Amino acid sequence: MASVGTQPRSEGNGTGLGLLKGLGVTLKTMLRPAVTQQYPHVKPKLPPRTRGVIALKQENCTVCYKCARECPDWCIYIDAHKETHEPASGGRARSVKVLDRFAIDYALCMYCGICVEVCPFDALFWSPEFEYAVHDIQELTHEKEKLEEWTYTVLPPPELEEGAEPTGGEEG
Amino acid sequence: MTGHGASFLDTLTPDPWLALVLKAAVVLGFFLVAPLGVGYAEHKVLAHMQARLGPMEAGRFHGWAQLIADGVKFVQKEDVVPRAADRWVFSLAPAVVLVPYIATVVVIPFGHTLFAEDLDLGIFFVMAMSSVSVIGVLMAGWASANKFSLIGALRAAAQLIAYELPLVLAAAAVVMEAGTLSLIGITEAQEGHWFVLTQPVGFFIFLVASLAELTRPPFDMPIADSEIIFGAYTEYTGLKFAFFLLAEYGGIVVLSAIASVLYLGGFRPLPGLGAIPEPLWMAAKVGALAFFIIWLRATYPRLREDQLQRFSWLALIPLALLQIVVVGVVKVAV
Repeated sequence: MASVGTQPRSEGNGTGLGLLKGLGVTLKTMLRPAVTQQYPHVKPKLPPRTRGVIALKQENCTVCYKCARECPDWCIYIDAHKETHEPASGGRARSVKVLDRFAIDYALCMYCGICVEVCPFDALFWSPEFEYAVHDIQELTHEKEKLEEWTYTVLPPPELEEGAEPTGGEEG
Repeated sequence: MTGHGASFLDTLTPDPWLALVLKAAVVLGFFLVAPLGVGYAEHKVLAHMQARLGPMEAGRFHGWAQLIADGVKFVQKEDVVPRAADRWVFSLAPAVVLVPYIATVVVIPFGHTLFAEDLDLGIFFVMAMSSVSVIGVLMAGWASANKFSLIGALRAAAQLIAYELPLVLAAAAVVMEAGTLSLIGITEAQEGHWFVLTQPVGFFIFLVASLAELTRPPFDMPIADSEIIFGAYTEYTGLKFAFFLLAEYGGIVVLSAIASVLYLGGFRPLPGLGAIPEPLWMAAKVGALAFFIIWLRATYPRLREDQLQRFSWLALIPLALLQIVVVGVVKVAV
């Protein structure tokens, strides 16, 4: 049993100076502005690359299914069909894939961002939007129209750091 | 009643009974409103000292109505009495804690005529009353049939007894210097200088002992939430619990008021600033002391139970006794 009064004493103990210092710290903190963000009234200032939700630019999607296959929890649903177009100039008919459904179930999504990484044609983006809470878990499956809307909230990437190597448009 | 002049409430009506009712109403009204101010200040000051904002929603403007909302919530809560509890004692305890503090408000002067009653034994009355509330805490702890409540109550009893002594001794030194027990008399005796100038040690002792009497941090072992849940108040819900909280904040008001009467000249203005009315001076001093009490809560961690007892018996009480001796010697010699 450790007896009272024999504990190692820290520096400056017994002078009472530490007590005053403590009062100073709390007073200084009080006079500084609070760090609290008044969220529903004031929107938070998020960094441009915030990973809020995954947005889809349908134009860029080629229905390659890479995202759906790489997704660790299988939360991406893709339906498509094939259409054949007769070229006006004649010749062999060309087939194209048409996206019918692209949905992400955000009840399953774990925001790993692998789909965004793996998309070869820049169809998937991270959007800073985060206010899509709903009352029913079923409604968390968002269809391509909603995903498209979110692309408009994607902010331009921040400036490159000084001396950083530009990646360029294509893969180097 | 002493020769210091009548209360303003006596001059309003010739009927002494009506005056009595008026006094009771004013005292009760003050006791119900002032603690709300202190409670709100605690919310806000504590929050800002932790770089937060505190209540911001209730009542739209900076959450001014937060405590009123809390009060409404407490009223709605179910009034639970544990099955094993001693029903009567359990229900009576909040009143026993609360009423003494209300009673002390009676003698607190906010101006030359701005008080409910000027008792000859003013400070004695205050000290006697403020030590009654410990019985209420003991009742609450014992009647709850809960081990944490009982531990809390016994801690409270030990603490209040240990700190009652330095509190009374410090006040006694002031009484010796002022030559009167009446709070009005003590205030008027500080015409030349405030007693904090002649008895700074006494002021320190009184403040520390007040903190312990109020079981405020850093002396909040009786309700230490990380050890014994909420001490003697653990089993209380609803209005009864609200009464304990009201007693705590009312206690801050009362003891700040007593400290400012004893050491800071009560309602007496600073020299040269007599244009500001007396009640404002009193309110400012009470407010400053209440702020200090809140400041300490934001700054210091809780002491250990043995440190608490050691501090009172080995530091405060000898100091207070020394203070009395010094005041006595000076009083006789000068």
